[in-house]
Amino acid sequence: MVLNTHIEPGVLGKTESELRTTFLHQVLNIPGGEKIKRCIQCGTCSGSCPVSYSMDIQPREIVALFRAGDIESILKSRTIWICSSCYACTVRCPSGIKVTDLLYALKRMAIDSKKYSKKFPVYALSNSFASIVNRYGINHEPELILQYFLKTNPLKMLSMLPNAFKLWTKGRIKLLPRRIKERKNFSKIIAEAEIMEMIVPLE
Amino acid sequence: MRYLYYPGCSLESSSIAYDESLRWVFKALGIDLIELEDWNCCGATVYMSVKEVVSVVISARNLALAEKMNGDIIAPCNACYTTLCKANRLLKSNKILKAKVDQALKIDNLQYNLGVNVRHPLDVFVNDIGLDVIASRQKRQLSGLKIAPYYGCQIVRPEPGFDDQENPTTMDSLFEKLGAESVYYPMKVRCCGGMLMTTYENAALKLNKEILECAVENNADCIVTTCPLCQINLEAYQNRINKKFETDIHIPVLFFTQLVGQALGGNLKELGLHRHIVPIGEKVAELMEI
Repeated sequence: MVLNTHIEPGVLGKTESELRTTFLHQVLNIPGGEKIKRCIQCGTCSGSCPVSYSMDIQPREIVALFRAGDIESILKSRTIWICSSCYACTVRCPSGIKVTDLLYALKRMAIDSKKYSKKFPVYALSNSFASIVNRYGINHEPELILQYFLKTNPLKMLSMLPNAFKLWTKGRIKLLPRRIKERKNFSKIIAEAEIMEMIVPLE
Repeated sequence: MRYLYYPGCSLESSSIAYDESLRWVFKALGIDLIELEDWNCCGATVYMSVKEVVSVVISARNLALAEKMNGDIIAPCNACYTTLCKANRLLKSNKILKAKVDQALKIDNLQYNLGVNVRHPLDVFVNDIGLDVIASRQKRQLSGLKIAPYYGCQIVRPEPGFDDQENPTTMDSLFEKLGAESVYYPMKVRCCGGMLMTTYENAALKLNKEILECAVENNADCIVTTCPLCQINLEAYQNRINKKFETDIHIPVLFFTQLVGQALGGNLKELGLHRHIVPIGEKVAELMEI
């Protein structure tokens, strides 16, 4: 496979083996990442999750699949994208497993492996967000929502208009983005960080 | 006392009322709040899903800027607060990550030596300034007002901080000191879904319905929150929730700083109370007239 070196947020191409090495490194890098071996399958994570009803694979099953090496099933699941990072599972896990951080690592792996179409909701949102932040240094809410719906479901934007109008009349929508002063240097920092992201130390 | 203010992107637009009321309250208490020079986005929960090192680097740039200005950061948005805290923690515990971040920051001659604390204004009000000092400046009693204190998820999680992770009480005691009553509210740390409202609306609407209903069932006059994302989800989607679940929920959702500001004598505009989509309600409006 050819290593794609074109730098754009969230879409760095990597080979399968590189992905797995990076991923394992990421998981072990999470403070307490090795604790995943200690899961007792009690299901406290699934029971604590406020959105587990909307998941196809429960958080407890994610840990089991992960330990069994079936990462493919996890990456195809809806679960990793439904997690809203409330950390309820992380706080309550009796084995101290950082479930939310594990899911973050899995999201990054799924994005890197390009398993998703550009229309896929969280993928579209994350990429729009990252590109806006890279451009201005600060997120710009209206542009984020606009970009997101243009990528995913332009018609849905119509249903957003009444709310948007109300917010507008209350002075809660800022049409023009603010930019940070050191934009150029900020971009350089990000470009350097993107390179650092690719480096997996040999241990 | 002097703090470096990190507004974050929401406080400049959809949650401008949080910004207005926070600045007003600090001024009323006579405490310096200096905006962090040239701050950038914290990356929120979204960037962490895309790139790990980059997301920590962009948080670290803010921490480095704060270190240059020699102060601690106040981050009112729960997501900014937890993201900046997390970056701080990762940089302290992970040497390889720290080395990568140092390398990236060096490009703009920045460096971060782990010397900045990230604080939430609720923590600062209760633990630095103190309830007695705030009460001594009180101009209006909040008596008769029943509040549902909604903390959201990221102010107390994932790592233990200034309050209990399952049942925080800081905001309860703050408003009880100021004369209000906090109702039984077991949903106080339940997640509002955050950006799920954009990506998976149906999942998020159900979460918000439960949080709102619990406040209504316990006869709260308003929900008081510490997070911009929670505020907009709980307020701006009440009409959608009512349509979807055939409910009839109309409850004001205020920022905690707006209510502290009321107690300290601020007026409607100073505290951004004119910016709500769901009217602030009779009880809150009555208090303002005193």
